[in-house]
Amino acid sequence: MAPILELQSVTKRFGDFVAVNDLSLTVAPGEFITLLGASGSGKTTTLRMIAGFEHPDSGEILMDGRPLTGLPPNRRDLNTVFQQYALFPHLTVRQNVGYGLRMRSTPAPELDQRVGEALDMVQLGGLTGRLPRQLSGGQQQRVALARALVNRPKVLLLDEPLGALDLKLRKEMQLELKHLNRQLGLTFLYVTHDQEEALTMSDRIALMRAGRIEQLSGPREMYERPSSRYVADFIGETNMLGGTAARRHGDSARLTVGGQEIQATATASVRDGDPAWLTVRPEFVQVAGPDTAGPRLRATVTETVFTGQVTRVFARLQDGSGLTMHWPAADSVPAPGTVLDLTWPAERGLCVGD
Amino acid sequence: MTALPLVESKGRRRAAPTDLWSHALWLTGTGVFAFIYLPLLVVILYAFHDANIVAWPFHPFTLRWFGTLVHDRGMVDAAGASLKLALLATGLALAVGVPGAFVLDRFEFPGKAAFERLVLLPLILPGVITGVALLTFFSFVGLSLSSGFPLVPGWPVVLGHGAALTSVVVTQVYARLRRFDRVLEEASLDLYASAWQTFWYVTLPVIRPAVLGSALLVFTLSLDEIAVTFFLVGRQNTIPLQIWGLLRRGITPEVNAAATVVFAVSVVVIVIWARLLREDR
Repeated sequence: MAPILELQSVTKRFGDFVAVNDLSLTVAPGEFITLLGASGSGKTTTLRMIAGFEHPDSGEILMDGRPLTGLPPNRRDLNTVFQQYALFPHLTVRQNVGYGLRMRSTPAPELDQRVGEALDMVQLGGLTGRLPRQLSGGQQQRVALARALVNRPKVLLLDEPLGALDLKLRKEMQLELKHLNRQLGLTFLYVTHDQEEALTMSDRIALMRAGRIEQLSGPREMYERPSSRYVADFIGETNMLGGTAARRHGDSARLTVGGQEIQATATASVRDGDPAWLTVRPEFVQVAGPDTAGPRLRATVTETVFTGQVTRVFARLQDGSGLTMHWPAADSVPAPGTVLDLTWPAERGLCVGD
Repeated sequence: MTALPLVESKGRRRAAPTDLWSHALWLTGTGVFAFIYLPLLVVILYAFHDANIVAWPFHPFTLRWFGTLVHDRGMVDAAGASLKLALLATGLALAVGVPGAFVLDRFEFPGKAAFERLVLLPLILPGVITGVALLTFFSFVGLSLSSGFPLVPGWPVVLGHGAALTSVVVTQVYARLRRFDRVLEEASLDLYASAWQTFWYVTLPVIRPAVLGSALLVFTLSLDEIAVTFFLVGRQNTIPLQIWGLLRRGITPEVNAAATVVFAVSVVVIVIWARLLREDR
């Protein structure tokens, strides 16, 4: 399918600071794509360039194959859900939601009908006469969503829209957004710094770092096959060991961890001679049997923490570096000081470069 | 449990001085309020004084001084002039002050910091200086003090009030604009509104309480302005000057009645102003 949105080598500078650096991205119609990154990684600037609030210094942004350059925000067929909602404080819920339709001179009967539908969609049918300040944070969030969706834009931009909500509400809204994306067949471009949120909702995640895309992939692949140390660290919980130079042999690499040579799956970021790390998720680390093949590290238990879902066991390797594992629920938890031989499935140990 | 009486006795030991202090504070507060408002109350009371001379004892109550006021041609003309002057000055201050506040908020220009500080100067300067300066200016450009009369009380005094009070509008509206969240304008643009529609449907309505509030403030300030007015007024007196003129023939209950009316108008305007401010919170 032809892409609905295409960024071609887009660069944006603020003075000496390069906010977005030669970024290219293609978005398919109906896709839920997330720009994930720490603050200052350029994700919001990218969104603002697509919306038309910032202008790229070079590169081109295309929508439906047509360049957006020079089009002001009000002539772009997309809408934004802003971080702090940006509801018009002097207008009622109904007037807020109808604002875009009114600016496009939609006839009154159609406007009323579509505003009603949009408010029903976000379950706010009963609050049409309220002012924004009379609503809770979650309700304001829904109004902002309805205000954008009612215009049936080709692309919906969402700039950390759930950031101000409490955890429970946020989880609810994450699912709701995902369902809306499916139901309406609308393209969602979502910006967040919350990796869990990105994993929950996205078809694809673009993890941004210093104005570039560090990795672009589906959530599962990003979790299981991080392309670099940065990605592995950013997504989920992981052990990051080593930092010594690795030697690469095709798809695998050897590096020294805790004084021992370990074989691991090589990723694209590994270069001979550069520092490399072994990364393995805590849920894959287990106690090795006497004749287990594969990687093996000896460690001493330092602390155990029960968190409800899992028990985390913290252990120390011979060289002093720490390692975390999820202890099987059925087994009795080891006392601090216990020496364990630890292992993991060979394909779960990844060798990553910086 | 043993600690409890200890705490109580501590509390009791402290209680006496605390009571004394709170009484002293209360007395001081009352004193200050009395100092400020008692004269006003006396003025208002003696507007209803049923005797020809303002003196003790008070003779209650009559409305005849308000009747005298209404039939006093000079006073009625002065009231008309004051109202016209205040309305024109308000219009002028808004016409210059609101765009001025936007320029301050939205644009960087050389000398902006200095301008921000100087904009209140006309208000801080003694009226005498503003008055002399404006009088000199108008005589320099050859604008007669009674020009425009009887359509207006005189163009110089209108321009003078407008010039002196524009700063009120600029500072009030500028302060509101600085609190204004510009993302609202982005949201409006994002929802297909043009820049002009955004100003008309979003920016202006949101800052409206500040604009109206500053207008009311300018209106009351203009209504009882004396110093600048004194220098610039032509052949038509304003209310404060008319009262001042009456006072030179001695304090009569009619003066009290006039002052009471001016006071009542000011209070009404200030109450509306305060409500606008609260609505803006």
